[in-house]
Amino acid sequence: MSETVLRSPSKEALDTDVKDGELPARLAATWGTAAGLIGALSTVDHKIIGRRYIITGFFFLFLGGLAAVAIRLQLARPDNTLIGPDLYDQIFTMHGTTMMFLFGVPIGEAMAVYLVPLMVGTRNIAFPRLNAFSYYVYLFGGLMIWIAFALNIGPDNGWFSYVPLAGPEFSPGKRADFWAQMVTFTEVSALAVAVEIIITVLKLRAPGMTLDRIPLFVWAMFVNAFLIIFAMPAVMLGSTMLILDRLLDTHFFNQAEGGDPLLWQHLFWFFGHPEVYIIFLPGTAFVSAIVATFARRPVFGYSAVVLSLIATGFLSFGLWVHHMFTTGLPQLGATFFTASSMMIAIPSGIQIFCWIATLWDGKPVYRTPLLFVLGFFFIFVAGGLSGIMLASVPIDTQVHDTYFVVAHFHYVLIGGAVFPLIGAIYYWFPKFTGRMLREGLGRWHFWLALIGFNIAFFPMHISGLRGMPRRVYTYPAEMGWDALNLVSTLGATLFVASFLVFLYNVVVSSRGGEIAGDNPWDASTLEWATTSPPPPHNFDHVPFVTSRELLWAERQTLPVVAGLAVDKREVLVTTTTQALPDLKESSPDPTIWPLISAIVVTAIFIGSIFTPWAVAWGAPVASFVIIAWFWPKSTEENV
Amino acid sequence: MLDRRSVLLLLPLILAGCAGWQSVLDPEGPRADLLANLFWVFTAIVAAVWLMTMAVLVLALLRRRAARADPLVLEPEAERSMARAVGAAAALTAAIVVALTLVSYGAQRALFDSHEAELTLLVKGHQWWWEVTYEDAQPSRSFTTANEIHVPVGEPVLLKLRSSDVIHSFWVPSLAGKMDLIPGRENLLIIEATREGVYRGQCAEFCGWQHAHMAMTVVAHSAEDFERWRESQISAAKPPDNPVRKRGMEIFLTRPCVMCHQIRGTPAAGRVAPDLTHFGSRLHLAAGTLANNRGNLAAWIIDPQGIKPGAHMPLVKLGAEEIEPLVSYLEGLR
Ligand code: HEM
Ligand SMILES: [Cu+2]
Repeated sequence: MSETVLRSPSKEALDTDVKDGELPARLAATWGTAAGLIGALSTVDHKIIGRRYIITGFFFLFLGGLAAVAIRLQLARPDNTLIGPDLYDQIFTMHGTTMMFLFGVPIGEAMAVYLVPLMVGTRNIAFPRLNAFSYYVYLFGGLMIWIAFALNIGPDNGWFSYVPLAGPEFSPGKRADFWAQMVTFTEVSALAVAVEIIITVLKLRAPGMTLDRIPLFVWAMFVNAFLIIFAMPAVMLGSTMLILDRLLDTHFFNQAEGGDPLLWQHLFWFFGHPEVYIIFLPGTAFVSAIVATFARRPVFGYSAVVLSLIATGFLSFGLWVHHMFTTGLPQLGATFFTASSMMIAIPSGIQIFCWIATLWDGKPVYRTPLLFVLGFFFIFVAGGLSGIMLASVPIDTQVHDTYFVVAHFHYVLIGGAVFPLIGAIYYWFPKFTGRMLREGLGRWHFWLALIGFNIAFFPMHISGLRGMPRRVYTYPAEMGWDALNLVSTLGATLFVASFLVFLYNVVVSSRGGEIAGDNPWDASTLEWATTSPPPPHNFDHVPFVTSRELLWAERQTLPVVAGLAVDKREVLVTTTTQALPDLKESSPDPTIWPLISAIVVTAIFIGSIFTPWAVAWGAPVASFVIIAWFWPKSTEENV
Repeated sequence: MLDRRSVLLLLPLILAGCAGWQSVLDPEGPRADLLANLFWVFTAIVAAVWLMTMAVLVLALLRRRAARADPLVLEPEAERSMARAVGAAAALTAAIVVALTLVSYGAQRALFDSHEAELTLLVKGHQWWWEVTYEDAQPSRSFTTANEIHVPVGEPVLLKLRSSDVIHSFWVPSLAGKMDLIPGRENLLIIEATREGVYRGQCAEFCGWQHAHMAMTVVAHSAEDFERWRESQISAAKPPDNPVRKRGMEIFLTRPCVMCHQIRGTPAAGRVAPDLTHFGSRLHLAAGTLANNRGNLAAWIIDPQGIKPGAHMPLVKLGAEEIEPLVSYLEGLR
């Protein structure tokens, strides 16, 4: 085995001192999660938290999907009275809110939490306790909004909650407050995870993983984390102003008192447009990984893809006004946003071309993950192109806020995020569980999903053009929209049914699936260099990266680094660009305090909906638990 | 006055409910025409791009080639030609994007260049109906109506859009694109019809419970018919012409109806609900929710919340024998 040994003056047992046979067990004991409930709740293992994150994300996808089914049932026939306006408005709001805030953003981060530390070859994520905290905050925020819905006080102003409709005058009661606080919850957790990802990528990469050896997956998640950091504060500001308007009688959005309802739209969409890229960039991460593995060659145009990712990130902040083309903006300004919106097609296009080139030159292996990526091309490219149409101010004045837009954004969201995500689950399930998903069921899932999706959403383009606005709880028979809507509903049913196949597959395969082995797809990135599922410490020896496609380049033995402590949690910090070994840093032990902090924060957030005093009384408690969390232990610094 | 005959003539159009009714694809005015053409140009181009991309993808999958023994052994010549292909595709994308931006900008100039028109209407959005005021230099000649807009054919009509509560959006797709009504602001929109007919539109910005039932009708007439209609609307309501209707008027004036509705020529002067002065001449009631006929009108008065849940018209308790005269009276307000 080729080894690079790090020398250090420390007196503890290092992996160089331990026999190879003993090492895994001793590392696992150091990095493991204690048994029992307290142990489970205290864990700081990024894989365990990542798995919970992923399962929770799918749970919310499932709830959001049920809401979609209810929407489609109500719209299946004209003048339907199945669901009245009050409930319908709550349902479509819960659908959009859940899909965007509780599924779309968190699921990308969840996959990153699990996979990024493995792919960069480290033993845990940076700030693992913050990671635990962010998961609990996300879970509690999501539960809060769904419990409110179950109690018939769910939000009902749509997922972008325009004022003044969502303001104190037109939405009395607590519904809009729950919505605004749900945003705060997701904010806190999303920002925390973004910081963890950025630091993990910048400082915890395995030695040798220079910037140009970072896998495209990691690049995409890294850029995505920056988008989150820059976009989220805008909506946090907005939702705080909304809460203040509603609870403390401020007038940020009240035009009668010198406020401005359009301010909300600017703040919301300054977040909301990058938001859709926040949902899409993880999709590109999955596609890059899957295409390389199943085309049996590295992704063509590595630098072009990375630069496109970064360009997409920047451009996504210059487009928000295209959601506001019908608000009566000055025309010249609007044209600027037409141009910038269309321009983002260029970096997205370059990525697509590079992937197609990869498939062209490679020798595709048609397994389920690749099928879902092909579905992604089919659907996402269509959605991107209808986006080009929407970027045109004149065309947008006709189709804005109609079912044409509903069709468009489901093509990009489901095509760009959900299809790659499902491909990713088929792809990494063996790593997560040690077992393969069944291929035959996977194919059924794919074809039902592809066909069901298009039957559900293609007709919506037409119903939109034929005058059907979005967010209507019913429509008169004489509008001539019934056939289109019925077809949409049937397609949606098929689409949802395909997910039952998936669920079944996950359940049977996690018990009885074929044993996967370390690297069932013969992939090249580092997560496949360890066992499936990985041990608590991820790698017995931290790998030494000599190539971008390490597992393809080093087929005989993997070069590794030695010299890390065995009996205490220690990770290797490397330099930002060259990834030279820099420090050995201790990684925090498990603790229950993140959970307690999350509970306290949740109590404050929910309490503040009912009384501002919740913040005043909660603050000292929160300070107390946070002090407990950070209470210094006497650890000596290793350099 | 809009004569019965023309209403009857329009009826089939209303019932047919398709062509020109509420569709981007059935433009019936110069602006909607322009928009439809632009739409088709874009559609053709993006469809071609989609087909090309998919064709290349399918070719990439079907291409015969030998399996690669080592995924890392790449052929420099092939890499170079792929780089050229990707570069060309990116350049083509950029060119298409620039061209479409210019085309779009040209159309935008043509659409929004002028906001000049002979006829100016003030359209005010309410949860969930439309108040329409025909302005006139002579105040005595301006009047207010609701949920129905009449315009002369072939003439641009300027709408000044305002809102009294939340954000709404005015959209009659066969005549023009949409424009929002935002509290505290005034937006402008020009609509124009090239043919006589009835065009339906509906609120396009979610505005609460009855967003789905916030429609409006645009009736386009010849210039003469329009003038006749306008004159009839300027005049106050005629007094009831038979005892049943007279009784109906008494009921209207002694019940809570007067607190919200206005009927010019009577003491009813409420302004928070649709003006009913010439209610009988309108095609629909409750902002396009129902066709305007005796049965529907009676049903609406008996139970507005059953028909349009959440609407800001309360249930007014009336005796069974009071419905008939009230309906007759309202029907007679032509
Ligand atoms: C079973 C699959 C799905 C179906 C059948 C479906 C159907 C629909 C329909 C019909 C609407 C329009 C509701 C209305 O305007 O009244 C809608 C809205 C929406 N959908 Fe979906 N959807 C599905 C999955 C998704 C997914 C996976 C996402 C995101 C990742 C998503 C995001 C949204 C958003 C953001 C809205 C807008 C909600 C609003 O107007 O506030 N949907 N969906
Ligand atoms: Cu409205």
